[in-house]
Amino acid sequence: MSDLARLTMFEARSGLRAKKFSARELAQAHLAAMAAARSLNAFITETPDRALAQADASDARLARGDGGMLEGLPLAIKDLFCTKDVLTTACSHILDGFRPPYESTVTAKLWQAGAVMLGKTNLDEFAMGSSNATSCRGPVENPWRRRGDNRPLVPGGSSGGSAAAVAARMALGAIGTDTGGSIRQPASFCGVVGVKPTYGRCSRWGVVAFASSLDQAGPMTRSVSDAALLLAAMAGHDPKDSTSAPLAVPDFNAAMTGDIHGLKIGVPTEYRVDGMPMAIEALWRDGIAWLKEAGATPVEISLPMTKYALPTYYIIAPAEASSNLARYDGVRFGLRVPGDSLDAMYEKTRAAGFGAEVKRRVLIGTYVLSAGYYDAYYVRAQKIRTLIARDFAQAFEQCDAILTPTTPSPAFAIGERQDDPVTMYLNDVFTVPANLAGLPAISLPAGLTEDGLPLGLQIIGRAFDEQTMFRVAGVLESAAAFVAEPGQPGGVERTMAARGT
Amino acid sequence: MALDKTIVAKIAMLARIEVPDRELEPLAGELTRILTWIEQLKEVDVTGVEPMTKVAQMKMPMRDDVVDDGGDRDAILRNAPQPAHGFFAVPKVVE
Repeated sequence: MSDLARLTMFEARSGLRAKKFSARELAQAHLAAMAAARSLNAFITETPDRALAQADASDARLARGDGGMLEGLPLAIKDLFCTKDVLTTACSHILDGFRPPYESTVTAKLWQAGAVMLGKTNLDEFAMGSSNATSCRGPVENPWRRRGDNRPLVPGGSSGGSAAAVAARMALGAIGTDTGGSIRQPASFCGVVGVKPTYGRCSRWGVVAFASSLDQAGPMTRSVSDAALLLAAMAGHDPKDSTSAPLAVPDFNAAMTGDIHGLKIGVPTEYRVDGMPMAIEALWRDGIAWLKEAGATPVEISLPMTKYALPTYYIIAPAEASSNLARYDGVRFGLRVPGDSLDAMYEKTRAAGFGAEVKRRVLIGTYVLSAGYYDAYYVRAQKIRTLIARDFAQAFEQCDAILTPTTPSPAFAIGERQDDPVTMYLNDVFTVPANLAGLPAISLPAGLTEDGLPLGLQIIGRAFDEQTMFRVAGVLESAAAFVAEPGQPGGVERTMAARGT
Repeated sequence: MALDKTIVAKIAMLARIEVPDRELEPLAGELTRILTWIEQLKEVDVTGVEPMTKVAQMKMPMRDDVVDDGGDRDAILRNAPQPAHGFFAVPKVVE
């Protein structure tokens, strides 16, 4: 693998500005890495021509001494973001052949900042899943393997392709979306950094909708400062999304002062769950100790509604999905299966176009919104959501940020946990609460299991206080000094190789 | 809450998803398993709690009621599976 594909975004930016290499060379290095690791199935649409054209334009701007904050940096885009004239499928057959006539706000901002698009990445169908197993384009393989065990592992989901692409050095960074953990859980499984910003920080316009009150776009990178940089480019008010916050975008990188003296770090009692592996408990304790050594004060907090967050999510998210996915009717775009009547055409199209998990969720959503059950399920879930948000509001009276594990387990093997939907849902037990409360949260790689798989720690911040979240994450990243890397597909494992800093 | 075949068939009709008869029974089992797990929410006392209907505490913005877009018929129809004469076409709905 070329060294150019091993840089952080900040290193690549310096190299480009110092003319050590060109944006074209940087793009070529990544396109070569993508070709070499195609067996991971991380990218489902590659856009090499576009990447090189954008890179040439970046080189021209850099030669003039111009250039945006992401000038010349090659990125991977989750195939949930509409990209003008480039196939956008949400990994569902129902969107077969869809080429959006418009660009999502978030991706438009990236291109405006000078970023280079490498391609679109694989995901769980409509972002519904935690292992990338529900994609109609087949599973993604995690670039990591257990030591002494060659079975392929899941990258997590739903942003599994984006996480694998960043972990395997196929892209300097990627963007994903997070409705219940879909950025943070795969980031944790693949040993990369992932951020779900505050609800309203990034525009949802042009992002294929799953659950509109929970969906947020965010960055996936190999360092916390890269995540701060990428988020700054993605974020900002957009009149086309009425839930987009009319706030200026702070300088997230400037917030990473390295100093957390005096900050109080909440440690929620309820996140100690039965059956959590020892390695995760130990890593969590390490995280608390690292922040304490750096001058912060750990405080025990209580989030009593934690155990109800997942079932609440599995009412609200399917309810919103059943409504959002009503637009796939075989009339305006995507798949159409003929039928004798309009209803028959709808029913056949949706039966053929949606996969099993999407159907389950649409049916659950339809049920909990149907007459007679609306109050018992949907309104009750909305009330419990109020209580979950209140738990966090009370906790943040005693602390400035909250530290938890990201996931209750490391990556598992492809094909495992497929028998029972509820077992799969439990993956998101630590990530879902931040979505329900609309809070920003970051996962960063902080340690390894005994058999060499990455584990993430999560920091949850106050709404619209990503600065404190990044400040704590930066300190945690330095203390954890995570330098392990996945082996190459089919090749020799390369752990503990020094990462260029 | 156990769902039976009849209820699943009704939900599937409401959701406009064709489900073959032989799949109704297994689907009823799967959905029942999920709903049973969700039942634990009944333990929570929600007396006097307002439902959360928005995430960020902000007023919905209003914009001026003016046309600021349009003229994209052909671009939009390019994705239609079966366009006809500059329109989306559907099976006959009026006899």
